[in-house]
Amino acid sequence: MFTNFDFDVIERSLPYLWQGMLFSLGLTALAMIGGIVLGTLLALMRLSGYALISAPASAYVNLLRSTPLILVIFWFYFLVPLAMKALSGDAYATGIGPFYSALIAFTMFEAAYYCEIIRAGIQSVPRGQVHAAYALGLNYWQAMGRIVLPQAFRNMIPILLTQGIILFQDTSLVYVVGLTDFMGAASKVAQRDGRLVEMYLFAALVYFILCFGASLFVKRLQVRYSPASR
Amino acid sequence: MDFSVFLQPAFSGGGTYLDWVLSGIKWTLLVSILGWVIAFSVGSVLGVMRTAPLAPLRAVATAYVELFRNVPLLVQMFIWYFVLPEIVPEGLGTWMKTQMPMPEFWSAVLCLGFYTASRVAEQVRSGIQSIPRGQTEAALAMGLTLPQAYRHVLLPMGYRIVIPPLTSEFLTIFKNSSVALVIGVLELTAQARQISEYTFRTFEAFTVATVVYLLITLAVIVAMRALEHRVRVPGYIGTSGK
Repeated sequence: MFTNFDFDVIERSLPYLWQGMLFSLGLTALAMIGGIVLGTLLALMRLSGYALISAPASAYVNLLRSTPLILVIFWFYFLVPLAMKALSGDAYATGIGPFYSALIAFTMFEAAYYCEIIRAGIQSVPRGQVHAAYALGLNYWQAMGRIVLPQAFRNMIPILLTQGIILFQDTSLVYVVGLTDFMGAASKVAQRDGRLVEMYLFAALVYFILCFGASLFVKRLQVRYSPASR
Repeated sequence: MDFSVFLQPAFSGGGTYLDWVLSGIKWTLLVSILGWVIAFSVGSVLGVMRTAPLAPLRAVATAYVELFRNVPLLVQMFIWYFVLPEIVPEGLGTWMKTQMPMPEFWSAVLCLGFYTASRVAEQVRSGIQSIPRGQTEAALAMGLTLPQAYRHVLLPMGYRIVIPPLTSEFLTIFKNSSVALVIGVLELTAQARQISEYTFRTFEAFTVATVVYLLITLAVIVAMRALEHRVRVPGYIGTSGK
């Protein structure tokens, strides 16, 4: 089956594929940071005792979690330029490229998933810790920022990273709006040179090595951070 | 905002844009449900293999799970549709390229099914492993063979324990079915995009699609909750309606 295999096409296109990979990794890293920051805020809102604060956060999370990522990407491709037009008054919404639309879409989408992880993490911190913090005279933000969140995040590191691996795989979906991430680059070369078999199998291999390697690393972290060994 | 656009006659052929939406819903449901049938059967077999007391069986199942979990669904979709016909024996490949009925649809079903199977396998495995060892030992001590112990003790318990995580996998397959649009299946998301391109009513088109996905989610959650209630194991903590 590999008799007609053209390994040369992979070698020739490596610099282009590398550009795509940098795009994928950059998008993953930025969306992960944005998603965790926004997800933490959403988690704090969902845990609030005031329905006025917790209800909108719950609605947002449930809405995003029942919508397919591709549809969310389409939504933000449509909405972000509209929002920019409204904000800047610039009729053509220049200055915001497709990259930022994708980044905003992934950040908003991942925030819903990170919110649920972080909420569970916060709830895993014993309540006595919060009471003790308040008893010491700390206010809400001090108690959260110095007592609860540091402990919660320590427990959550492995699962946050696992979600990051999923996010990295999901970034391949920017293909649907024609951006050149790693998969986009691979499929453009595949179609230009008529080498679909080689390029798609190579892309699968690269994704597999990266994601499998990362998941092994997370597994090792998990052992190190598990409460029993602390 | 003008939702009357859905009643207008569609750009091509007979019918209205509403018919496009309905056809999209039909394909979304078909791809997802057929995919789930594969995912559930293959995933159950793999999940049992992962707990089997035979190292080669465990190794095969583990390799399967790691392989399918660590390659993005989009890439797998392309491989099923573009690559598979090229690397299977020539006769079969020619059949797949020229005579196979609805190649996009069946590629999408197989892809989603075998991808989701790796996730179902992990849930089934964790369900079986959460059953105390004593139950297996008791079953074996009563004279059941290991396959019988799986059939009558471990699986009936395991499945019921993992209904909540299986529900979320089932929800995921509906959302993941939208990836089938990259190989040309005109499911709901694809139809929404198409309507927006023909009518420039992007907001309305996407809103309708989003609402339908929400309704599917709600329906699945309600149905699974009813199922969970019906089959719950008396005395188990964590089952709904204690």
